[in-house]
Amino acid sequence: MEIDAVLLARIQFAFTVSFHIIFPSFTIGLSAFIATLLVRWRMTGEERFHRLARFWTKIFAVSFAMGVVSGVVMSYEFGTNWSHFSVVVGNVVGPLIGYEVLTAFFLEATFLGIMLFGWSRVPPTLHVASAVLVAIGTSLSAFWILAANSWMQTPAGHEIRDGIAYPVDWIAVIFNPSFPYRFAHMFTAAYLTTSLVVLAVGARYLVTGRFKEEAHTMLRMGLGMVAILTPLQMYIGDASGLNTAKHQPEKVAAIEAHWDGNKPGELVLFAIPDEAEERNLFSIAIPNLSSLLITHSWDGLFPGLKQYPAEDRPPVIPVFFAFRIMVGMGVLMLLIGWIGAWYWMRGRLFETRWYLKIAQYAWPLGFIAILSGWYVTEIGRQPWVAYGILRTADAASPVAASAVLTTLVLFFIVYLCVFAMGIYYINRLIEHGPKGAGAKTPEALPSRPLSAAHEAAHEAMEGN
Amino acid sequence: MDPISLWLPIVWATLIGAAVALYVCLDGFDLGIGILFPLEPSEIRRDTMMNSVAPFWDGNETWLILGGGGLFVAFPLAYSVIMPGLYLPIIIMLLGLVFRGVAFEFRWAAKPHHELWDIAFAGGSIVAAFMQGVVLGGYLEGIDVQNNAFAGGPLDWFGPFPFFTGVAMVIGYALLGSTWLIMRTEGPLADQARGWAKWLLLGVLVCMLVISLWTPLAFDRIAERWFTWPNILYLSPVPLLAFIFAFLCWHGLRSGREAMPFLSAICLFLLGFLGLAISNLPYLVPPSLTIWEAAAVPESQIFTLVGVLIMLPIILGYTAFVYWTFRGKVREGEGYH
Repeated sequence: MEIDAVLLARIQFAFTVSFHIIFPSFTIGLSAFIATLLVRWRMTGEERFHRLARFWTKIFAVSFAMGVVSGVVMSYEFGTNWSHFSVVVGNVVGPLIGYEVLTAFFLEATFLGIMLFGWSRVPPTLHVASAVLVAIGTSLSAFWILAANSWMQTPAGHEIRDGIAYPVDWIAVIFNPSFPYRFAHMFTAAYLTTSLVVLAVGARYLVTGRFKEEAHTMLRMGLGMVAILTPLQMYIGDASGLNTAKHQPEKVAAIEAHWDGNKPGELVLFAIPDEAEERNLFSIAIPNLSSLLITHSWDGLFPGLKQYPAEDRPPVIPVFFAFRIMVGMGVLMLLIGWIGAWYWMRGRLFETRWYLKIAQYAWPLGFIAILSGWYVTEIGRQPWVAYGILRTADAASPVAASAVLTTLVLFFIVYLCVFAMGIYYINRLIEHGPKGAGAKTPEALPSRPLSAAHEAAHEAMEGN
Repeated sequence: MDPISLWLPIVWATLIGAAVALYVCLDGFDLGIGILFPLEPSEIRRDTMMNSVAPFWDGNETWLILGGGGLFVAFPLAYSVIMPGLYLPIIIMLLGLVFRGVAFEFRWAAKPHHELWDIAFAGGSIVAAFMQGVVLGGYLEGIDVQNNAFAGGPLDWFGPFPFFTGVAMVIGYALLGSTWLIMRTEGPLADQARGWAKWLLLGVLVCMLVISLWTPLAFDRIAERWFTWPNILYLSPVPLLAFIFAFLCWHGLRSGREAMPFLSAICLFLLGFLGLAISNLPYLVPPSLTIWEAAAVPESQIFTLVGVLIMLPIILGYTAFVYWTFRGKVREGEGYH
């Protein structure tokens, strides 16, 4: 029964955190995008920036709500399902979460009120400032969460007494060895994900010939970011991988499906790793390339999975495949970014229909990459929850399996319901587009953002 | 015990207590709006009700995270016992908050087909409020702790007392919600809220009386705290003040005051909270762990305390600013959404 409870708790955490991460990944970038639009609107006075900001704010509100409610769940799950984790590393991880709440959560949650509802209540400068503060809040939130998670990957600045971790040097705890790489990687991923959504929505409008002016702006801003950030992200990802090779060699061995550390690593393009036989089936591989990438030497050696006792190895198959999915998404992003940039430079971006038709479906790429990337790093850390300190199997709460199963089923039903409806409403908002949203439902008209009162106020402001 | 180890847990327990009290008052009124939703059939007035709390609910709910997060930071042992001990009510409470939280946005996005989100908003608010009461009742009844870990079963909290505190919480939040509507709306909606508030105030007083009798009868430690000399003398202002604020609330409702009912209802809540804190101190996990036994090491408590001392005034400042920004009456059809 006890093993079942741990497995159920793991499934529940994986499910709830996977659901949650989708929304911050999007809203970190989107809040910065909206703030940028508002700042550009204030600087240039061009209406399209304002219309776009209002449009994306509605989508932001729906996504942010889903992120908030699923985030509250996360902050309690450490206790409800992983109480032993809280005891063993709570002295170190707890304060990092505490700082997230203090510096980030309150900031974004409070100024969100002004950002969403303050259009006609506060002076425009203050409204723009609120949007900037929300963007800062979401970024700070990522900072602290990545600090806590990175510490669980590469613990530092602590000491263990009687099996419990105690902080010794907070700077070393926060800026632990993997933190700078992982924070940069996630932060860039969030911006990239949002840029892809913006790019895809712009392409979608152009394909159907609607909202052309806004679509051009979205395409230019989204594409510019994708074309620049994708190669940057690949570079950061590579640096992060080298950092992992140094601090968590088992994880890299699982990523590469590298069994024998006495031979140079081959770059396995495809295989089915067989964990029982400790070898790869149906392997298609390029000899020595993995060694070259990881050790920067043709014949360089790096640890293989066989060097570790079976109980200390991460599950190979999910780590191996999730990594390849992530890299595959990166390649697709690069193609979309650079082909688009090529047409853009030749001044034919908005007329190249085959490209726009494909680009309108690019919106999920970032989300898939982020989810698979997190699967690589989190499953790759197993069997540890805090690397070298606490095993996942020892971290769970003494809660009966039946209780965890009950909540798992409830989470499943509630989240799928909320997710399906959220995606449906976001799609509907996109379908309505930057100008029309809300206007189609007369009874809702007065209370929607484009309210009559606000329109009047806005026109008066324009008149100035 | 050295002074740091003595005082830090006291400071932290006070801070977390203040965060939870603020949460109960702030999210209390916006949960109350959801609880009252079924009583108001008109769509436009439901819009107004929701609009009256829409800019605040997210910030309000953050105090719940500070309360839970603060427990994790400062008293990881208590966190690791209370959360598994009240596992089902806490998770169901969170799921209730999920439904009502997304309803704030989904309801508008779904219009004109938003009936389901009306139900989700009301149902989620009622479930969340009820489960918070159950958590409170289960917490007061005590959590089975052995070797510094939860050692009970998944349904230990199930019983008449937590059920009663659950109902009491729903009534209490509805009182906060209705007095909020009196203060922030006008016309038929405010008049109607005034009618609800009178009954709800009576309900709250009955609940407070029952809990004040039930807890000392059921728990010797609470009887001993309140009914021994000289405690009974020192603690007598608590019930006295409660009577005064209940009277002020009633008077405000009868005499057509707009802010007085809400403010006295808040004071009533704070006194109830204070009474429960007095009943249980110095236990953080009654009746097993004191605040000193459950405390994190001073290094961790100090590190976060620095952040709290810097950030809390700033947070309170900009929270007040947002409330000030959205001050005044919310008129029908004039929402900010």
